[in-house]
Amino acid sequence: MGFSQLLSRMATDNGHGEDSPYFDGWKAYDRNPYHPTKNPNGVIQMGLAENQLSFDLIEDWIKENPRASICTREGIDAFKDIANFQDYHGLPEFRKAVAKFMGRVRGDRVTFDPDRIVMSGGATGANELIMYCLADPGDAFLVPSPYYPAFDRDLRWRTGVQIIPVMCDNSNNFRVTKEALEEAYQKAQEDNIRVKGLIITNPSNPLGTILDKETLKGLVSFINEKNIHLVCDEIYAATVFRSPNFVSVSEIIEEDVNCNRNLIHIVYSLSKDMGLPGFRVGIVYSYNDAVVTCGRKMSSFGLVSSQTQHLLASMLLDDDFVEKFLAESSRRLANRHNVFTKGLELVGIGCLESNAGLFCWMDLHRLLKEQTFEAEMILWRMIINDVKLNVSPGSSFHCKEPGWFRVCIANMDDETVEVALERIRTFVRQGKDADAPVKKKHWQNSALRLSLSSRRCDEGVLSPHSPMTPHLMSPHSPLVRART
Amino acid sequence: MNLLSRKATCNAHGENSSYFLGWQEYEKNPFDETRNPDGIIQMGLAENQLSFNLLESWLANNPDAAGFKRDGESIFRELALFQDYHGLPAFKKALVEFMAEIRGYKVSFDPNNLVLTAGATSANETLTFCLAEPGEALLIPTPYYPGFDRDLKWRTGVEIVPIHCTSSNSFQITESALEKAFLEAQKRNLRVKGVLVTNPSNPLGTTMSRNELNLLISFIIEKGIHLISDEIYSGTVFNSPGFISIMEVLADRKCDIEVWNRVHTVYSLSKDLGLPGFRVGAIYSNDNRVVTAATKMSSFGLVSSQTQYLLSVLLSDNKFTSNYIFENQRRIKERHEMLVSGLRNAGIRCLKSNAGLFCWVDMRHLLKSKTLEAEMELWKKILYEVRLNISPGSSCHCTEPGWFRVCFANMSEETLNLAMKRMKDFVDTNTTNGKNQSHQNFTRNSRRKLLSKWVFRLSFHNREPKER
Repeated sequence: MGFSQLLSRMATDNGHGEDSPYFDGWKAYDRNPYHPTKNPNGVIQMGLAENQLSFDLIEDWIKENPRASICTREGIDAFKDIANFQDYHGLPEFRKAVAKFMGRVRGDRVTFDPDRIVMSGGATGANELIMYCLADPGDAFLVPSPYYPAFDRDLRWRTGVQIIPVMCDNSNNFRVTKEALEEAYQKAQEDNIRVKGLIITNPSNPLGTILDKETLKGLVSFINEKNIHLVCDEIYAATVFRSPNFVSVSEIIEEDVNCNRNLIHIVYSLSKDMGLPGFRVGIVYSYNDAVVTCGRKMSSFGLVSSQTQHLLASMLLDDDFVEKFLAESSRRLANRHNVFTKGLELVGIGCLESNAGLFCWMDLHRLLKEQTFEAEMILWRMIINDVKLNVSPGSSFHCKEPGWFRVCIANMDDETVEVALERIRTFVRQGKDADAPVKKKHWQNSALRLSLSSRRCDEGVLSPHSPMTPHLMSPHSPLVRART
Repeated sequence: MNLLSRKATCNAHGENSSYFLGWQEYEKNPFDETRNPDGIIQMGLAENQLSFNLLESWLANNPDAAGFKRDGESIFRELALFQDYHGLPAFKKALVEFMAEIRGYKVSFDPNNLVLTAGATSANETLTFCLAEPGEALLIPTPYYPGFDRDLKWRTGVEIVPIHCTSSNSFQITESALEKAFLEAQKRNLRVKGVLVTNPSNPLGTTMSRNELNLLISFIIEKGIHLISDEIYSGTVFNSPGFISIMEVLADRKCDIEVWNRVHTVYSLSKDLGLPGFRVGAIYSNDNRVVTAATKMSSFGLVSSQTQYLLSVLLSDNKFTSNYIFENQRRIKERHEMLVSGLRNAGIRCLKSNAGLFCWVDMRHLLKSKTLEAEMELWKKILYEVRLNISPGSSCHCTEPGWFRVCFANMSEETLNLAMKRMKDFVDTNTTNGKNQSHQNFTRNSRRKLLSKWVFRLSFHNREPKER
C-alpha cells in the first residue's frame, strides 16, 4: 500500500475548502491585527460575522444568577448530576428553554415542541447532521447564491452530498425566484443528479435580508410539488433590527394545511443571536419524526456540554432577561447598521437594503476597473493591503455578479467602526480625485507592501497558539474557526 | 424516492441490540433506595461516580474558574467568542500534562498534536474518517464496547472485523487471532486499514500486557497499517501490573518515524474524571496530516469554551490532579474488591482485572447450555427476577456465551451490597431448587408476560442509554 494511501481521501483532499485564496485576507489580518493603541495602522477585522454588541447584558445576568453555574457556591449541588448527564436527548429544561426562546424570537407567533429539539455541535454540526439524515452520497441540495462559504464544507465534505447553486442577482435584490429554482432543478434532472432538497439561510448570510411571506410560501409550495426537503437555516433570526418582521418557515406551515410537514426542517444556533459561538450550541428542529429520531442518535457525535446546557437553560427561561435582551440587542444592531450605512453614503457607497444580520452587503461595482471577477479580486487585495480592512469578496459567496463585498459590522466597538469608515472614505476619495493614470501611480507609490514589517503587536497575538489577550477585540483568524 | 437517507433508515446506529434494550426496562422501573427499593439496579452503566466530592471541593476553593474569571478579571467575552478549532491552548497544555501524569511521566505529549473533540464518541468517528474509506475495515479484538458499531461504522461506512479472543488465555490478543482476522477481512474483500484496541479494555477491565502491545506493533509494522489505542480508561488502573501505554512501547522499541505516524491515541475525561456530560474527547497523533485533517473535522463537534476553560484551570492544578488520580484509583480498587468478593460469595468468578469501572463476570456455569440463547435467557432472568441490568457478553460480540459485564462505580456502597445480596439469593435458589421453584420465589412483579413479548419483539425505544 502506497504511503499516501494510508490516510483516507477525505483526510488529504481539499473538501474542507480551507485552501481557498479567500483566506489571504485572514492571513493579512493575523499578521497585522488592528489595535486602537498598540497597532492603529493594522488590519481591521471585518470578515467575521460575530455579534459582540450585547455581551454586557449576558455578563450582568450571569453575575446576578450564580445558581446557573454548576461551579459556584450557589449552584454546586447540581454539579454531580449535570457533569454526569450525557443523555443525547439533552437536559429537559435546556430543550424547553431553547424551544421557548425560538418562539419568543418569532414574536410568539409560533410555538416549538421541546421534544423536537435535537442538539448538535454548533450550526456547523447541525447542517452536516441534517444532510446525513436527508441525503445519500451523490444526492444534491439546491442552495440560493450568494451563500455562506462554509456550506461547501459543512454540507458536502464528509457527507458526499452535492451543492447546486441557484443564482440570484441584484435585478430583484437577490431574491430567489421560482424560475431560477425550476431551472436548477430541471438541469439536475437532465444531468441525472437526484435533488433531495433546498437549503436557505433566512435571514440571509451574506445579504442581511429576510424573505417576505409570499416568497417563503412560494418556496414551500415548490418543495411540496417536487416532494423534496426544505432546510431553513434561521441562525440570524434574532438579528432582525427593523421592520419588516422576520417570518419563519414555521409560521408558513402553520397556515398551510397542504404542506407536507415531513419535508420541513429548521437549523438554529445561539452563535449569532446571542453572540456565543464558543459555547457550540447548534439545534436541528425537524417536523419529521423519523428525522428527529435519527438526528438524535447522530447528535451523539456533537452534544452540547451539559455545563453549557445548564447555564443556558436558566438564562433562556428567564422571561424578563430574554425580553430585555432581544429588544436591546436589536436596538444596538439597528444603531450600528445605521451608523455604518450612513457613513458609507457620505462617499456615495451603497449597500443592499437590509434589516438583519451582522453585516452589510456593500456595492462597490463602481470602483471596479471592469465588471469582472478578476477586477473584484484586484479591488479586494487593495482593500486588504491599502485600506487595511479584511472584508469578504462576493465571489467567495458564489455571487453571480462581481463588485459586492460582505462587511461585518457587529464585531467591534464604535471607535473602530469610525476608523474603518474613515479609511473607506479616504480610499474612495483618493480614487475619485485622481484620474486613471494618476490612480495607477498612486497605487504604485503608496504603502502597498503587505504590512509584514509593521509587526507592532504582541508576538503572542500573531500566533494561532497564543494565550488569549483580554484586551484585543477580535479573536483569532477564522482559518481556524468553525464558522465565520 | 426514498424520503430520507439510507443512513437514517438503516439500523447501523446499533440501538436495536439487547445492550440498549436492558436500558428500556431499567427506565421503566429504576431502583431508588427509598422510593423504589425493589426496582432494577443499573449495573450496565460504566460511569465513575466515586470521586465527585473531590471535584466539588476543588470548585469551592476556585471560584474564578466557575465565574468566567482569570485573576479576578472577567474573560467572559473572550470565552463566548472562542471557537478556534485548535482549542484553548491552556486547556490542551493542561490535558496533555494530565495524560502524561497518568502514564507516570513515562511518556510526554505535544499539545500541538492533540485534537479536541466532542467526547471519545466523536474522536473515534473522526479518526476513522481520516484513516479509512467507506468499505475498508478496522480489526477490533472481541469482546468490545458495543458503541463501536455505531461510532466507527455508521456514518463512515467502514467495516469492523473482529479479532476473536477467548477465555482460554484470559482474552488476550494472540498472533494467530490477529492473522485469522486479517485473513477473514481478505476473504470478505475488505482492505484492512488498522487495528483498534481499547486499553485498558472495556469490557474486560484488564490492561494490555507488554507482550500484547509488542505483538500489535509487530503486526501493524508487517501489514503497514494503523493502530488506534483508545485509552479512555487509562486513569482507572488501580492495581499492578499497571498501565503501559502504546506510546511507551513504541519508544522502547525505538520504532521508525513511519511507525510512530501510524499509531494514534484516543482519550476522554468521561471515565477518569467522571465528566461524561462535558463532552471532552481527544485524538493524539504523531502524524501531522492526521492532526490537521482531524482538527478541521473537529469543527463538527468542538468542546464548549466554557468547559475548556474550567477544565484548564482544574487540570493545571498539579496538587489537585496528583491527589485526585491517587484517591480515585484507591476508591475504584475498593469498589472492585466489593464486587469481586460479593460475587465470589455467590460462587461466581470474575476475570482477574486491574482497571475499568466494571468486572467481566463468568456465569457460564449458570447457563442451561453453552449457547447464545441460554445466555439471553439468563440475562433476562437477571434483569426481571434479580432486577439487575447488566450487559450480556453477546452485546460485546463475545464468542463465548456466559460472560457478563457488571459495573460497580455508578452507585452507592449500599446499593452495590444490595445487588450482591440479590445475586446471591438468586444463585442459591437456582442451584438448590428446580426451575419452577425459582420462578415462584422471584417473579413477584410477574413480568413473565413481558418476557415472552420480549423474545419476539426487538423494538427500539426512544431513549438513549448512557454510553459505554
